[in-house]
Amino acid sequence: MDLNEGPEYVSFREKVASFLNKNSNMAGKARTPVRPNQQELEWQKKLIDNGYAARTIPREYGGFGAESDVLKSRIIAEEFSQSSIPMGMANQGISMLVPTLLELGTDEQKKSWISKTISGEVIWCQGYSEPGSGSDLASLQTKAVDDGDDFIINGQKIWTSGAQISDMMFCLVRTEPDATKHKGISYILIDMKTLGIEVRPLMTMTGHAEFNEVFFTDVRVPKSQIVGKRGEGWYVANATLTHERGMLGDPNQSASRLKEIIDLMQEETVNGEKLINNPVYLDRLMRLQARVLSMSFNSLRLLTASHKKLDAKMAKLIVKLNGCQLNHDLAGFAIDLLGELGTIYGRSNHDHGSGKWQWKFMFDLGLIIGGGTAQIQKNIISESGLGMPREPKPMLEGKK
Amino acid sequence: MEFALSEEQEILSDSVKKMLADNTDIDLLRNHSKGDEGIRESLRKLVVEMGLPGLLIPEEYGGSGLGVLEASLIAEEFGRYAVPTPWIGNSVMAPTALLFEKGNILSEKWLPLIASGEITACVALTEAVGKRSNAGLELKGLKVSGTSIFGIDGELNPRIIITVAGDDLILVDTENPGVTISEIPTIDSTRPVVEIIFDSVDAEIIPGGKEAIQKTIDVGRVLLAADILGASSNMIDKAVEYSLERKQFNRTIGSFQAVKHMCAEMAADLEPCRSLLWYSAYAQDNIKEEASLLSCHAKAHLSEVGQDIARVSTQVFGGMGFTDLLGIHYWFKRIGLSRQILGGPEKVRQEAAKIQGFLS
Repeated sequence: MDLNEGPEYVSFREKVASFLNKNSNMAGKARTPVRPNQQELEWQKKLIDNGYAARTIPREYGGFGAESDVLKSRIIAEEFSQSSIPMGMANQGISMLVPTLLELGTDEQKKSWISKTISGEVIWCQGYSEPGSGSDLASLQTKAVDDGDDFIINGQKIWTSGAQISDMMFCLVRTEPDATKHKGISYILIDMKTLGIEVRPLMTMTGHAEFNEVFFTDVRVPKSQIVGKRGEGWYVANATLTHERGMLGDPNQSASRLKEIIDLMQEETVNGEKLINNPVYLDRLMRLQARVLSMSFNSLRLLTASHKKLDAKMAKLIVKLNGCQLNHDLAGFAIDLLGELGTIYGRSNHDHGSGKWQWKFMFDLGLIIGGGTAQIQKNIISESGLGMPREPKPMLEGKK
Repeated sequence: MEFALSEEQEILSDSVKKMLADNTDIDLLRNHSKGDEGIRESLRKLVVEMGLPGLLIPEEYGGSGLGVLEASLIAEEFGRYAVPTPWIGNSVMAPTALLFEKGNILSEKWLPLIASGEITACVALTEAVGKRSNAGLELKGLKVSGTSIFGIDGELNPRIIITVAGDDLILVDTENPGVTISEIPTIDSTRPVVEIIFDSVDAEIIPGGKEAIQKTIDVGRVLLAADILGASSNMIDKAVEYSLERKQFNRTIGSFQAVKHMCAEMAADLEPCRSLLWYSAYAQDNIKEEASLLSCHAKAHLSEVGQDIARVSTQVFGGMGFTDLLGIHYWFKRIGLSRQILGGPEKVRQEAAKIQGFLS
């Protein structure tokens, strides 16, 4: 254990801080999957040029081309978060497709897509889940039928965030109907403007349509758009699912929520008494603070483990399960602090900012379910982490 | 920056684990709980042979001069094996108290004797955390009278007792007349605690005042948290192991999702505690401004997580968990005692809030 940063990192931190100090006026607002505007595209370019976005993506594909250094990446994240300046764009194309292409794409695919994706010019959505294939994703039924140089795709995807603003989709389709379920899938890139694609917004409990349903009717896609080998899409996708699970349950987000809650408790009063002086609320705050700290330290441990190639399997397996639940609990606490005012979800003179907490409280429930439900996470933790057996086959398939 | 144990720390932890695996088992815990007190002395000898009592004591006093993190790794193993042997009071809190102000005469006199294992030291600071109506000490001149309860490591005729009177830590040599030590029967038979009655006994003041008291309590809490971490981790391991042997409905019970999810939840709750503990222990020696807060969080959070694991893991064993045949209850009870010693979770969280300036 040595929590001091060496001199190289201290000066790197100063460099990042001074960059932010000088350029904060250029920063865009959004990290959410909305189409970036001109200002945000320029900010993204500036970040890439300085090595604060697409840091380790090779220069030939439009990245900054630095050696991977987890400590520097963390310093960048911390400095941006401390200055409340949004990091470079974060969307599914950048976080999931680009790593996949780098690992498994052809030269042509890398050249066509990586540069445009990291710059924000091309926006992607993910086509994995289907109405009948959620936790059992490998049972997916969207069919891609071989037709000369193309596939003809028919079927339906669901939970597709950003589909309505996306240029492209990375998608799992069944290309080999006779193969066993994991072996019949291919990972394919689809132009969303292709004839036969219909996007329908999916209204959720939050009152917004954060997701979509996407319908495919005789959609023609060139075979050259397959990433990896035909029939091996399940393994291609799994490479990126680990990236997604690392993103969900980010401890930096929990830490910043906790900070907002403490601010709220210092501002809000009930019967003239500040909430921060209420011992019952404080007890709950301290419980949450211990969990936030634990997950932050857990992420420091993972950082060192990946840097030094140490085994920290369990520490990694639990991040999605714990992090998403913690974020949900933090939002729930903020609502309880506001009491009746905490239920306000719309314009009102009495609004003390509950809308964003209510939205988080509901949307987090979606995150606890999405990206592998909490129950699937527990299966993975018990099987892969604790060495417990899978459900026996007869229970899965029914007696034949 | 490096957030991991060093190779030396891993080796230390492994060697203690091996010594305990070779020399302790469930029968030892059972015999100890039935009153076989010889076990305490024979275990203590093994610990002394490894040179562990002087772990925190500087080399000039015959110790190895290591830190709270190393001491925590050992406490974790003692918790894992539920060992009835002095550690937290004798080898960690007592040296911490005596070393608060460097070079005082009491350190020079007593630390070499603790390091060599010639004597043991009992530490009784319950009254500094929360004084009960029938306890507390009074100092008249340098004579101490009164009662201290829940002293740690007082079961082997301790030569010295470190306790608290007013705003000072005091040290009492038990060879002075007027000290009566008796064991308090608690749920936990693996770790004796004692009541000490002082009847106008000569005492000496350990320099450092309130800050020395606080630092000694902080370190003690981190060590109790480490003990809970080890005990909880063992309970999960044992529960998983049992679930892979026990069959019902022609299947190992560990293949049922109901059981798998209980185990996954325990593991998911405990794993981040390891990082919290490492950081808290490291902070005691290296990040002074965070030491008290992190100590509170480690103690309170591991008490909560440990209690859940104690309950849920016992349930994984079904009826057997409830019996004495497997002896799982020794760990259940050890966690139960650690949770309350030096402040239960609510008390400790209240301190955590105050340290941050909340609760005006």
